[in-house]
Amino acid sequence: MLLNTEIIYYKSHIYILFDLNALKTENMTTTKPAVVIIGNGMVSYKFCEKLIAKSSNFEIIVFGEESRPAYDRVHLSEYFNGKSAEDLSMSPLTWYADNGIHLHLNDPVQEINREEKTVHTLKGINQHYDYLILATGSSAFVPDIPGVEKQGVFVYRTIEDLDLILAYAANAKEAAVIGGGLLGLEAAKALIDLGIKEPHVIEFAPRLMPRQIDQAGSKMLQMKLNELGLRIHLNKSTSRIGGEDKIDALHFADDTQIHVDMLIISAGIRPRDELAQLSGLKTGTRGGVVVNDYMQTSDESIFAIGECALHEGMIYGLVAPGYEMADVAVNTLCDSEKSFSGYDMSTKLKLIGIDVASFGDPFIAEPDCRSIVMDDSHKGVYKRINISNDGKHLLGGILVGDATSYNMLLQTVKNNIILPPNPEDLILGSRGESANDGSGAMSLPDDALICSCESVSKGAILHAVKEDHITTLDGIKKCTKAGTCCGGCVPMVKDLIAGSLKESGIYVKNVICEHFNYSRQELLDVIKINNVKIYDEALDHFGKGDGCETCKPVVASILSSLWNDVIVKQAPTQDSNDRYLANIQKGGTYSVVPRIPGGEITPDKLIILGQIAKKYALYTKITGGQRIDMFGAHVNDLPDIWEELIDAGFESGHAYGKALRTVKSCVGSTWCRFGLHDSVSFAIEIEERYRGIRAPHKIKGGVSGCVRECAEAQSKDFGIIATEKGWNLYICGNGGSKPQHAQLLASDIDKETCIKYIDRFLMFYIKTADPLTRTATWLNKMEGGLTYLKNVILNDSIEICGQLETEMQGLVDSFHCEWKEVVTNPELRKRFVHFVNAPEKKDPTVEFDTFRTQIKAKDWL
Amino acid sequence: MIINTDIELQAEASIEWFLACNEEDVPENGGACIDYKGEQIAIFNFTRRKEWYATQNLCPHKQQMALSRGMIGSAGESCEPKVACPFHKKTFSLLSGECASGEDYTIKTYPVKLSAGQVFIGIQ
Repeated sequence: MLLNTEIIYYKSHIYILFDLNALKTENMTTTKPAVVIIGNGMVSYKFCEKLIAKSSNFEIIVFGEESRPAYDRVHLSEYFNGKSAEDLSMSPLTWYADNGIHLHLNDPVQEINREEKTVHTLKGINQHYDYLILATGSSAFVPDIPGVEKQGVFVYRTIEDLDLILAYAANAKEAAVIGGGLLGLEAAKALIDLGIKEPHVIEFAPRLMPRQIDQAGSKMLQMKLNELGLRIHLNKSTSRIGGEDKIDALHFADDTQIHVDMLIISAGIRPRDELAQLSGLKTGTRGGVVVNDYMQTSDESIFAIGECALHEGMIYGLVAPGYEMADVAVNTLCDSEKSFSGYDMSTKLKLIGIDVASFGDPFIAEPDCRSIVMDDSHKGVYKRINISNDGKHLLGGILVGDATSYNMLLQTVKNNIILPPNPEDLILGSRGESANDGSGAMSLPDDALICSCESVSKGAILHAVKEDHITTLDGIKKCTKAGTCCGGCVPMVKDLIAGSLKESGIYVKNVICEHFNYSRQELLDVIKINNVKIYDEALDHFGKGDGCETCKPVVASILSSLWNDVIVKQAPTQDSNDRYLANIQKGGTYSVVPRIPGGEITPDKLIILGQIAKKYALYTKITGGQRIDMFGAHVNDLPDIWEELIDAGFESGHAYGKALRTVKSCVGSTWCRFGLHDSVSFAIEIEERYRGIRAPHKIKGGVSGCVRECAEAQSKDFGIIATEKGWNLYICGNGGSKPQHAQLLASDIDKETCIKYIDRFLMFYIKTADPLTRTATWLNKMEGGLTYLKNVILNDSIEICGQLETEMQGLVDSFHCEWKEVVTNPELRKRFVHFVNAPEKKDPTVEFDTFRTQIKAKDWL
Repeated sequence: MIINTDIELQAEASIEWFLACNEEDVPENGGACIDYKGEQIAIFNFTRRKEWYATQNLCPHKQQMALSRGMIGSAGESCEPKVACPFHKKTFSLLSGECASGEDYTIKTYPVKLSAGQVFIGIQ
């Protein structure tokens, strides 16, 4: 057996390398050699995928102990917010069958007979193997705390665990997680999702995520997690789990205790090496099957990959190195030369919505390096980079709260890129006038690893774009698999696609959809120049096919922005909300929002809103934009409701449209003892100026009467804040899923100048933004950024301001209340029915529940 | 082919035509909803293609009576006519009823007949 071996010396270890060719000829019979895989997790799946891609000369047999085929354990916690077991599945059962893989589920292997080369399973199968792959993964490490056997104590590892947790959490009020690492914090998030208020997290170490981040990073993370309602206890050692049969308390070594009726233990993983031990394979003293650089165990026909494998004293608890091991094992089986030489443990993850990343050597400290640290507890961002003492190279770092620069930093470490003279720019951003031109990814060397999960290099992506002419993200995903695992590299992949197209001289634009090969800005221009007034005309001249739900609302919005016609006249090209001039809600009823400019309303009008809501049995709520929303209106009732509202002096609030929503205000100098100017009057003036104007997305404004900023104007698309000398104007702020503060456009300006600038700003946005792009994203993508925009608006650098002002004035002058048009037009009113053959009949499937003395929509079925 | 036609004819014979509404009751290039003995049917006036379609009004995704309020259009080189539910933009072929957004839903489709400005829906 050992005839064809060679001995190599590598990293001061001695390895004996077996010639597998020799092994194969020895075992080769007329049938294909059998590769048996024990375990059906992500790494096992990846092994199968890679093996069938590389060779069809093997018979593949997989034994899994769970009832489901391999699923995505990395995103396990998404099971609690709606993803089903099927969503998490790596591939359906048919995939195995289609590829000739024999998959045995629910059938764990119980014994390996190395002499006869067979495995024996629980269900009694005796399976011969030529090569055996151990992909048994790991189990949750449960520390030896008295009471762990009590009811209500769980681990967090499999979908079955999650189902048990789900069932038990329904009756639990207080819960805790032992373990402040990645999985522990995910488990705590899951508890919040399950309705547990303020779960406890108990960590033995003095900091959270001790493997990834340092003390200061942990402090920042802890602050952010506290805000989200987690109660973190560090330096805590649990001595006992209290309770009769069920857990009712956790007792700690420092004689304190907390009351809990549920506990999830997530204190780490333990490699599953029982089978290997039983069969006499070499295992580590602290667990794990010892493997060489080719993933072979001490028995050369048995391999171990993933979390059960112990390579040079390391267990790799991440999926990316597991995939790499699978690749090495496949290559070894197929006689290609590939070895495993450790794996970079850099990670970036989103933990409960908080970015956490560490890369390179995060913990290296002075005097071996110099560290630059940014610790901003105001924004909740902590960044640390470690640079070499000569200032030339990046060695590693930690990011908490904002990891947008992770990919670039990681590439800088991996490719040993020489640092710029001011390396602090890497974490602080460029602070001079020149903005980042986004060419970052293109400046990397070709062998830079972009997708580390699937080992896809920059060169491979560029090749796919340039040689195979694949220009979409989905195409690249299919062709190279980049971005298909954790998705962290997707922004870089996008940049590379755009960058390499640009390099090839191909003009990159975001076309609207398959029917219009134009960007929104181009389409707006051609529609304007050609005086197009209706959707079908635009489609006939500039598009193809019959349109769709993407281009119809875009064109409808462009037509409105250009001509400001009554939108209901072209109702079927409008999105449902614009078609019925109301917001469709769960259950198919609509909500009604009259305009309340600046949030100022008289008692009489308040009473009328109350009376109308009562009359039509509507649910009422104050909105975030300081107005009153009335929910649960049948489509048939909308015109009558609006008739009454209009009679009382209300008008449409355009809450249904991609249009100006509200201009929020604080009470200002008329009442407030701090107020500098009358913010309410200014807010009303501005809201009435821009009401009804259609834009690529909704627009919100705010006016604050002093620097205390009670109107939260800096979170709006345009925000105005009173100063001693006038007003400061901020633009491109955004709440929503990716909040962004508005940036200062001009300071201490008077009202007229302020309005002039907003006119120019909004009109420029309306004319140039992509569909459904808020002003913040529009600015982020703009070449030249704020500096450019300032030049356009303040200095008229592209000589467009006069035109923008005229066009805006045109829209302001042509304002009309859309609901008034409907209410006074019997033909338009007729459209507001549920059944055209029974106009009086309301939708009988609409049902409400009673909730806090009001109605609420029935839950989704 | 001949056999197919026979089957179609047989099928035709067993269809009961229900008078749904007048042509002008359904907006051009849009939809409307019909009450047929307690069943809700969405009917689409695809003026641009000079075609009419009818489907169930219920979107199977979240069980909402909404397809008649969706936008219609076409997909792909073959210009497959489709409707998008206003709730979450799941799209369905108006020909086969199959969901084009990748899910395993199918909606019921009905034949439509026009006669003297009146719209009939075929019920089998």
